[in-house]
Amino acid sequence: MNIAVASGKGGTGKTTLSTNLAFYLKKELSKNIVLADIDVEEPDSRLFFKITEEKSIIQHTYIPVWNEEKCTLCGKCSKICNFNAIAKLPASILIFNELCHSCYACSELCEADALTMEASRIGVINHYETEFLTLIEGKVDVGIEKPVPMIKKVKDYIKKTFSPETTVIFDSPPGTSCPMIEAIKEADFVVLVTEPTPFGLHDLKLAAETAVKLSKPFGIVVNRSTEKEDIVTKWASSSNFRILGKIPEKREIAELYSNGSIIYDKDSDFKNELENIFNNMKALI
Amino acid sequence: MRILFTAHGKEWDSKVDQRFGRADGFLLFNEETNELSWHDNAQNIHAEHGAGIQAGQHAVNLKAEVLITGNVGPKAFRVLNSAGIEIYTVKGELSVKEALTLFREGKLEKAENETTIGLG
Amino acid sequence: MKEIVVISGKGGTGKTSVTAALSYLNREKALIVDCDVDASNLHLVFDPEIDDKRDFYSGFKAEIDENRCMNCGKCHNICRFDAIEKKEFVYSVNETSCEGCGYCEKICPANAITMKQPLVGKIFIGTAKHNIPMIYAKLDIGADNSGKLVSEIKKLAREKRALLKKELLIVDGSPGIGCPVVASLSGADRVIIVTEPTVSGIHDLERVFLLTKRFKIKAACIINKADLNKAKTEEIKTFLNSHEIKFAGEIPYSKVFTSAVKEGKNVIEYDPESDVSEILRNIWSNMETFINEEKQ
Repeated sequence: MNIAVASGKGGTGKTTLSTNLAFYLKKELSKNIVLADIDVEEPDSRLFFKITEEKSIIQHTYIPVWNEEKCTLCGKCSKICNFNAIAKLPASILIFNELCHSCYACSELCEADALTMEASRIGVINHYETEFLTLIEGKVDVGIEKPVPMIKKVKDYIKKTFSPETTVIFDSPPGTSCPMIEAIKEADFVVLVTEPTPFGLHDLKLAAETAVKLSKPFGIVVNRSTEKEDIVTKWASSSNFRILGKIPEKREIAELYSNGSIIYDKDSDFKNELENIFNNMKALI
Repeated sequence: MRILFTAHGKEWDSKVDQRFGRADGFLLFNEETNELSWHDNAQNIHAEHGAGIQAGQHAVNLKAEVLITGNVGPKAFRVLNSAGIEIYTVKGELSVKEALTLFREGKLEKAENETTIGLG
Repeated sequence: MKEIVVISGKGGTGKTSVTAALSYLNREKALIVDCDVDASNLHLVFDPEIDDKRDFYSGFKAEIDENRCMNCGKCHNICRFDAIEKKEFVYSVNETSCEGCGYCEKICPANAITMKQPLVGKIFIGTAKHNIPMIYAKLDIGADNSGKLVSEIKKLAREKRALLKKELLIVDGSPGIGCPVVASLSGADRVIIVTEPTVSGIHDLERVFLLTKRFKIKAACIINKADLNKAKTEEIKTFLNSHEIKFAGEIPYSKVFTSAVKEGKNVIEYDPESDVSEILRNIWSNMETFINEEKQ
């Protein structure tokens, strides 16, 4: 089963929830759990765990490579490329890997067969064993401008590495653009984390709209909750969306987080709420 | 020599556009014929990615030997440099006419590297 | 005229709240632009009246003309993004998956496929509370945030600033370290980084700093929630010191930010007497020299 933890914007507590939820399910309920950090531009879930073993697997996409001998300099490739990734100069062809989407059009439509698709590194998948659970992290190299291919790679890696009975918690990239959609589109359930402020509600509405558009079942977690009837709760009940739980606003929680610490085993309010969130989620799945 | 300017308009008095990839358009001056011609860049202003590359391609297609502009990003620089087009940069608000005078007096700085960060 | 961009890397550090307060302090002379086009928030505390609303088109999506399609399936076979779906002999485009490469358009023997430029967002130009001119935008769900929309609204903001003869352009920068934040930094005179003393805050500060260095923009840093973790705050200060980033000040962990946002106000407007408001006023007056120094 795949659970995606997402939010309309960063900094709402997405990583706090996914790391603690994974840890809790593994340690308290002995579930078969993998935590996957697919916020591939800024993965930081690993900062919250003590890593005991790790391996790193290089990931590639395929990009065209120019074959000077075969090329007739007809310039068709440059015209074909919708991403402006190919320039045709008087005596050569220039390819900009960072703009290539690996659509293969230039290569397969080249009449002289002068562009072959070859592997090009985009980043790594890190497979960590931590004290209690397995953490898979995708991380793009600096200068790689498109995160989506790496998110696909991590999902593929998980599919082929772990049994289908495994519960995978995906710490997803924030926002509502392509990376977030790629992250949640195959999830069985989406958890949207937000704050009970006008900022939080505004971003939550966008994220909820995305989940609805993709027909994903989802529930809401209110982080830094201060009151019972906050604006997020009111909006959720008027829209018939489900609140899974509320993590209280507590300085102690913020302090534990600041040190990169797991919270639920040190704060009983937090632990109770985490149990609550999981039980509500279970009822919905 | 064929000198290409990024420009906000079609005249000698038009200002040099500080942008290359997303410039309003290009003015090409052919020194041999004394002809000044205007080349639109509209499709590129709205390009999602790779505007600098396309503009570079445009400069190559126009057979420019020198480019006078405000800034070029790394991708545009790679195209222009590979095609042997020399790049000179101007700072501030200058007309195309003024920029040409400065260029002829050897007062413009030649760019040996990209002068700005591309926007992707 | 100066262009100042506020960024944070990581979300949740209080970037927008700080931007709102600094904009309010400069309400007579500033124009504000929100470059967080994925989820813009600044307008929620500035309540702008919109004078002008523009459509934003970008990218491409394939479209199949059913009347022309011969159901040969060629497009389905060549698409690397699984964006051509086959439902009972009829082919259609999954817009979420289509990346707009146009390969299908080029090989379709029936010329049944065309690439359409979709409407992916809106730009809002208006006047905020306290008579501050303001520009922001909203990118639709699933649209590719390439930085192009950010470049576009910054261009509009610069034109408008020149027209209104404002001295300051205050930019609420995009999150992260990717293309949009690069676009929001482009052409800036100064950058203000808002960070927090947490493991991820420091991690992101280092990444964001590399960006400002590449751009050669002078940076100042505000540490928010500074008393939450004093050791980490010291760690940040050491980092700033050794990387020539101006330390602009520290703000304690405070609920006043949240209370202000709940009222639709910035902190200084909400409670001018609060400690945080006093600190923010000091931060700004300390920074004025830094901002007005000539570029090096």
